[in-house]
Amino acid sequence: MNIPSDLKYTKDHEWIKVDGDTATVGITDYAQGELGDVVYVELPEEGAEVSMNEAFGSIEAVKAVADIFSPVSGEVIEINEAIQDEPEKVNQDAYGAGWMVKIRLSNPDELSQLMDAAAYKEHIS
Amino acid sequence: MASKQTALYDEHVKLGARMVEFAGYEMPIKYHGIRDEHKRVRETVGIFDVSHMGEIEISGPGALDMVQKITINDAARLVEGQAQYSAMCYPDGGIVDDLLVYHMQDKYMLVVNASNKEKDLAWILENKLENCEVTDVSDQVSQLAVQGKKAEVTLQKLTELNLNMIPNFSFTQGSIANVPVLISRTGYTGEPGFELYFENQYAVQLWNAILAAGKDFDIEPVGLGARDSLRLEKKMYLYGNDIDQTTNPLEAGLGWITQLQKNDFIGREAILKIKEAGLKRKLIAFILDNPGFPRKGYNVFKNGIEIGYVTSGTVSPMLEKGIGLAYVAIDFAKVGAQIDIDIRGKKNSAQIIKPPFV
Repeated sequence: MNIPSDLKYTKDHEWIKVDGDTATVGITDYAQGELGDVVYVELPEEGAEVSMNEAFGSIEAVKAVADIFSPVSGEVIEINEAIQDEPEKVNQDAYGAGWMVKIRLSNPDELSQLMDAAAYKEHIS
Repeated sequence: MASKQTALYDEHVKLGARMVEFAGYEMPIKYHGIRDEHKRVRETVGIFDVSHMGEIEISGPGALDMVQKITINDAARLVEGQAQYSAMCYPDGGIVDDLLVYHMQDKYMLVVNASNKEKDLAWILENKLENCEVTDVSDQVSQLAVQGKKAEVTLQKLTELNLNMIPNFSFTQGSIANVPVLISRTGYTGEPGFELYFENQYAVQLWNAILAAGKDFDIEPVGLGARDSLRLEKKMYLYGNDIDQTTNPLEAGLGWITQLQKNDFIGREAILKIKEAGLKRKLIAFILDNPGFPRKGYNVFKNGIEIGYVTSGTVSPMLEKGIGLAYVAIDFAKVGAQIDIDIRGKKNSAQIIKPPFV
């Protein structure tokens, strides 16, 4: 199971990578494996305000649909349009080309509530 | 009760399949990925373990009368070596199961859905005529489906039989990879291909021989996930989704197998009445106008009024669009009409199309 140590995680299986006051968000390798073939990803508009633990989009896989929850609060400054054309990127490269949104953090203190790789590994075992 | 395993369970695990419980069996839902497996069947050839399917034999002097009594198609039209798509109905016209009827040398074989096998067997025994025998051979018989444009050339490498001589919905007995099989030109994918029935003891040998013979065509094992999307793209039905005991064959679009002119069969009177009264709803095929994933149970609307529900849906791997089947009120069931599918609270416009989807 691929759980990079430089990321933070939610109990709902999103990952977040923080870079200054912005963060990139996606779903974990474990989540994509559980969902199976992703066929469609619904993402918010750029400029949308999202809150921590709020559903901002959904992932449709062949056997199930899952909401995507925002790990933090802030403004969506970029969405990954490439995964709307090629949703299989979410399966192939969950931590790279399969990223979902970039968020400008409005409350960086929230980050302390997220899990590190070790805690997430424990969470899914 | 613990799930049963097919004779190929270890092979599936070796191939990295994700196993799920289905109809009391541990079955492969996928090996690599559902979409890739789906496309492999459309492009060249795939192999499926469908040994969970039920096989019930009816023999004896009254065998034909018995098959005629419980099925809605006309089994008298079959000559030895032919198969037929059919269904069993309850007296009220609701569907017990859909099935294939094989006319073998001295008996009929009914191939029924795994999830319905116990129910079907009980129903058949309840309605059994005295001068016939009913035998459930499901636990002794394995079934493989080899489907796709390259299915015939793959299997031809392994047999002296001239497969080209087997017409659609016909079968013969012979040897493939030195395994005695019943080989039938039938399938559940809409592609050319065959279904093979044989004794469990040969399953591993035959499976591996076919995988080796198909290597030139990049043959892949295909799981139940792609089996479902393949059948849906061709508007083939899944019992429990598109048809069940609350649906009748006419509204399901199965009028073509409902032979009302043959002698009495269970459900005939009710179906005649339904026909006389006119259908209230119809199973239609639709394509979403925009990206989205329609699923079983989602409601269908027209101008804000609920007119039906989705019975099967997926994102078609070939069209890359949301497709599905739905029962809708008869007034709205017209090819070309626009409808709305309620996907998790949002209305998604869709068009009713003339099937198949691909």
